[in-house]
Amino acid sequence: MKKIALLTVMAIVLISCNNDDDTVTITPVNVDFNFTHNWDGTAIANADFETTQYTNTASTVQTISKIVYLISDITFTAADGTVYDAGDYNLVNARQETGLTFTPNIQIPPGVYNVSFTFGFDDEDNIDGAYNDLNATSEGPWGVPMPLGGGYHYMRLEGKYLDDTSTEVGYAYHTVRANDMTMTPLLLQDTSFVVNLGQVTVGSNTNVEIKMNVAEWFNPWDLPALHAMLMPNFDAQVSMSQNGLDVFRLGTVTQ
Amino acid sequence: MNRYISLYLLCSLFVISCNKKDDGVVDPGNGYVPTPMSLNIPPLFEEKLIDPLIPTDNPQTVEGVALGRKLFFDPILSADNTQACADCHSPQNAFTDERQFSIGIDGISGDRNSMPLFNIAWNFTEKFFWDGRAPNLEAQILEPVINPIEMHNTWENATASLQARNDYPDLFSKAFGTTTIDKTLVSKAIAQFLRTLISGNSKFDKHLANQASLTPSETNGLAIFLDETKGDCFHCHGNPNSPLWTDNVFHNNGLDEVITDLGLGDFTGDPRDFGLFKSPSLRNLAYTAPYMHDGRFATLDEVINHYSEGLMYSETIDPLMKTIAQGGVNLSEEDKADLKAFLLTLSDPEFINNPDFQDPN
Repeated sequence: MKKIALLTVMAIVLISCNNDDDTVTITPVNVDFNFTHNWDGTAIANADFETTQYTNTASTVQTISKIVYLISDITFTAADGTVYDAGDYNLVNARQETGLTFTPNIQIPPGVYNVSFTFGFDDEDNIDGAYNDLNATSEGPWGVPMPLGGGYHYMRLEGKYLDDTSTEVGYAYHTVRANDMTMTPLLLQDTSFVVNLGQVTVGSNTNVEIKMNVAEWFNPWDLPALHAMLMPNFDAQVSMSQNGLDVFRLGTVTQ
Repeated sequence: MNRYISLYLLCSLFVISCNKKDDGVVDPGNGYVPTPMSLNIPPLFEEKLIDPLIPTDNPQTVEGVALGRKLFFDPILSADNTQACADCHSPQNAFTDERQFSIGIDGISGDRNSMPLFNIAWNFTEKFFWDGRAPNLEAQILEPVINPIEMHNTWENATASLQARNDYPDLFSKAFGTTTIDKTLVSKAIAQFLRTLISGNSKFDKHLANQASLTPSETNGLAIFLDETKGDCFHCHGNPNSPLWTDNVFHNNGLDEVITDLGLGDFTGDPRDFGLFKSPSLRNLAYTAPYMHDGRFATLDEVINHYSEGLMYSETIDPLMKTIAQGGVNLSEEDKADLKAFLLTLSDPEFINNPDFQDPN
């Protein structure tokens, strides 16, 4: 029995190594992504952080000091319904310019795909303390405390706005899984969301730009009323998630 | 049967040829290879953190760590042979100085509090000093020896002193395969020792391992620490899944209305960095007073009062500092006491008394 098993394994190895010249070989490829950030079409560069003033739809003047966010499960869906998903994730830090490029750990056949990703972690992936590289990052700990439901932040967007006396006030627009600590047991709602980028033709050297329009996070938003302590604010988390649906767009695709 | 033996040998050869030498220790070129030494990583760190950062050109070795430890406690590196690293980084103070400002060999006082030293290998930002001006640990170690208000020496003089001693050339030979001492090897040896300074056995660590229980006050203190509407300490200092208890990132935490010490900004020249200093770990607070980059707070109560009602606005203040107009979140006295009780559970008496971290000279 052992001999049969050994022969079977060796046969599989030989078959898998066999170069069959009679068939057309489709070489699977990786797809690269890069992340860019803008305010209603105006690019946000490092020099803009903390200095450039933006006016949101509520006419509140604000600056941005930090944009750090997590995306996961970049998914390629072929016309025949075949789904390719590496199941990995990427932490983007716009100001520190880390994570701006990302290549999912999966190779797919060239072709036309519908491309989507998850903003944050969905509940299936949002496992408390499970990702060592997120427990302590160069941005700091990325986790969400257990009293707030655990898991991980989706985004930390921070800066300052001018109040009605033109005084600068800090804001921390942090998106996490919505949680209501007043409920027992803790009420949780998955406020991550899937961003559908549309169709992309994947070739041998494809790069896909994902554009974040930061202004859409504040469309609409009452920053003076909702600028801090948003993590335990269930309704605020739901609203931020809804605003997020208009934030991302497919940018330039190069081959 | 012979076929199986052949297959086994073939597989063995394959495995051996693919073997990665994880210790990273390489022959320096003369056939001598020092003894690889692993870091003694606490189980919680293994479980929650990625691997510590060990430079490929400075792997941990038994001989290197021993040499670094000896150098750390030896005043030979100072110009007048009176001051060792340990004089301002005492083991009993979690390798910081109980004085607000350390005093150099010429009696001159510094202007920043000595930083505590532990869990350095997990500094993923790779920026050292309060102002982040050193790009790695080895580079950081080079500075105090030649700083005019610290050891006030030159590296030429320091290495000549080491070279002239009976013991050091042999110790460098054992650690690095050469008797020729230079500043690079000195910094490498001390860095190896410093990376062994791992603190991960506090009461709270034991609590997480189900080996200790928190009191109700400590438990409430943790809840305040993790509550964004109260302490909100976790954004900069982590949570039970992030056992470093620091983000190793730079912040203006509202100490002053007028910034005189530019901190990170003094190094980068970027006005947006003015007044930013690195978050220290909250481990071992029982031993690391006074607090803040300038040691302005003598007690932990003063620190908590600062965040509760003492915040001052300045242009670069971190957005995470809330309700600045009211000075902070105004914790109740009970909450302050509980927060303090929790913070003290992060202290690790085993660390400061570890015999491997004491003066070997």
